[in-house]
Amino acid sequence: MTATKLQAPAATGGLRNAISDGLIVTERNLKRIPRIPELAIFAILQSVMFVLLFAFVFGGAIPLPGGGSYREFLLPGIFAQTIAFAAATTAIGITDDINKGILDRFRSLPMARSAVLSGRTLSDVIYNGGILVVLMLSGLAVGWRVHSSVLEFLAGVGLLLLFSFAMSWVGVWLGLSVPTVEVAQQVSFTTIFPLTFLSNIFVPPQTLPSWLQPVAEWNPASVLTSAVRELWGNPNPYVGNGFPAGQPVLLTLIWVVILLAVFAPLAVRRYRSMSR
Amino acid sequence: MITAEGLVKIYRSRSGEVRALNGLDLTIAEGTVLGLLGPNGAGKTTTVRVLATLLRPDGGHATVAGYDVVRQAQQIRSVIGLSGQYAAVDENLTGRENLVMFGRLYQLSRAEARRRADELLEQFDLADAANRTVKTYSGGMRRRLDLASALSGRPRLLFLDEPTTGLDPRSRLAMWAVIRDRVREGTTLLLTTQYLEEADELAHSIAVVDHGRIIARGTADELKSQVGGERIEVVVHDRDAIARAVEIIGRDTDGECAVDEHTRRLTVPTSGGAQRLVQVVRDLDQAKIAIDDIGLRRPTLDDVFLTLTGHAAEITPDDEDKNS
Repeated sequence: MTATKLQAPAATGGLRNAISDGLIVTERNLKRIPRIPELAIFAILQSVMFVLLFAFVFGGAIPLPGGGSYREFLLPGIFAQTIAFAAATTAIGITDDINKGILDRFRSLPMARSAVLSGRTLSDVIYNGGILVVLMLSGLAVGWRVHSSVLEFLAGVGLLLLFSFAMSWVGVWLGLSVPTVEVAQQVSFTTIFPLTFLSNIFVPPQTLPSWLQPVAEWNPASVLTSAVRELWGNPNPYVGNGFPAGQPVLLTLIWVVILLAVFAPLAVRRYRSMSR
Repeated sequence: MITAEGLVKIYRSRSGEVRALNGLDLTIAEGTVLGLLGPNGAGKTTTVRVLATLLRPDGGHATVAGYDVVRQAQQIRSVIGLSGQYAAVDENLTGRENLVMFGRLYQLSRAEARRRADELLEQFDLADAANRTVKTYSGGMRRRLDLASALSGRPRLLFLDEPTTGLDPRSRLAMWAVIRDRVREGTTLLLTTQYLEEADELAHSIAVVDHGRIIARGTADELKSQVGGERIEVVVHDRDAIARAVEIIGRDTDGECAVDEHTRRLTVPTSGGAQRLVQVVRDLDQAKIAIDDIGLRRPTLDDVFLTLTGHAAEITPDDEDKNS
């Protein structure tokens, strides 16, 4: 050993390392998806079940003010709901990595500190993009259509993915804060389900009690749903003429910024405090 | 290679504080193997986690390869490898995928990482399983892959945290063999273990840790001599013969003969070695005292450990009985 040249410590502060290490972690996370197909399959089944339940069971009893197809009203909301669950996907992934000891291995390596979190959120956006494609195909099968330009369609997809990225950071923070995968699952389900039900996803907000209407209007899941419906020409009954009704795209972007500004620093701080 | 002075680590939780490290001092010279020996909860893993930059100490000071564990953690990470209880491989990736990934995160180029992965798979006898997901691996294979992962960056210093805990004897021997190969190549090694045999087998020197501090340090032989030298142990067949046997053994040796009535076991320290043993056998035979067992016993690390941590004194005849 005495004659062995000291390996020069790799420069790990740079942006290039942050990107290349982040991509290595992303690649690893993506490789895992087909190895545990149950995760993706049940994520899709859950959303498909909502489509079927509401399109065929409850939908008939829910008239849309201003008319329009309930299924075309429903599908953008289902996409938004699925995307909101990005937080759960990420939280579970992070907690699992902690409990399996992978995170400790990563932390012992001379890699960019940011790569574990950036790789996780990036791979979850890609994963959710994939789920979205499958859901859109099922949507097409039950009669959902896009009535606008390709550009507006892509803008809608872009908003969904941006929101997924923001929710992923919520998930990182959550995943780093809970002790087990089961808790991560419970916490995310008990918070995200009410979020997506106190919204305009399944019912027109007019049908809600008046004190709940503002909640449903400003709720990020509603705002995202409205924005996507508007962009794709799907029915989107409003309450009044407030800001959420007028500027859903802008408001979605604001929500994305707020979520990132709050949860990304919280998540990073949690991550750093793992060494305490 | 490693110096640690007065390391303190306190875990705080709702139920109170645990002083996992309580002024731990440690040094390891380059190219040597230190075995960190202690019971569960003694602070072995915490020591490794602090030195491997996973945990910040609350007090004290430590350098690894000349770098400070708190201020120069990233430099340390590029010269160490960590394997064991708390660092793992991804069970949903194949063995090769794991090694290539870790190699690249050690900042090897993609081609280099691949070459290194193949080399390690060969060395660790995993080439046949290289393209299977780790989920399908046996416990021994998983540990070997874990160790291989830690080596993908060719570290100068290796931390092995209980590398063979839970392995069957054959896998343990295989693991020891690969660890010895690394040591022969000059890798400095810090090994934690609960197995005294393992420390004896692999380590140049041993540090016994209990309640977050080092309570003894030395080579296996030095530690053994702390609890005394060789002993002759005799198990007589009839309880009635104990008194006579003690008398005979007392004549042949110079130490105090300890008697355990319950197991009919007589133990006496001796400096005479095998010569003295032969004498005792001959005299007991002449006195027609039937014996079930007789032997010259060197203290094991178990004895050392129990003596140092103060549990040996608590062993009553009843405990002895349970153990035998």
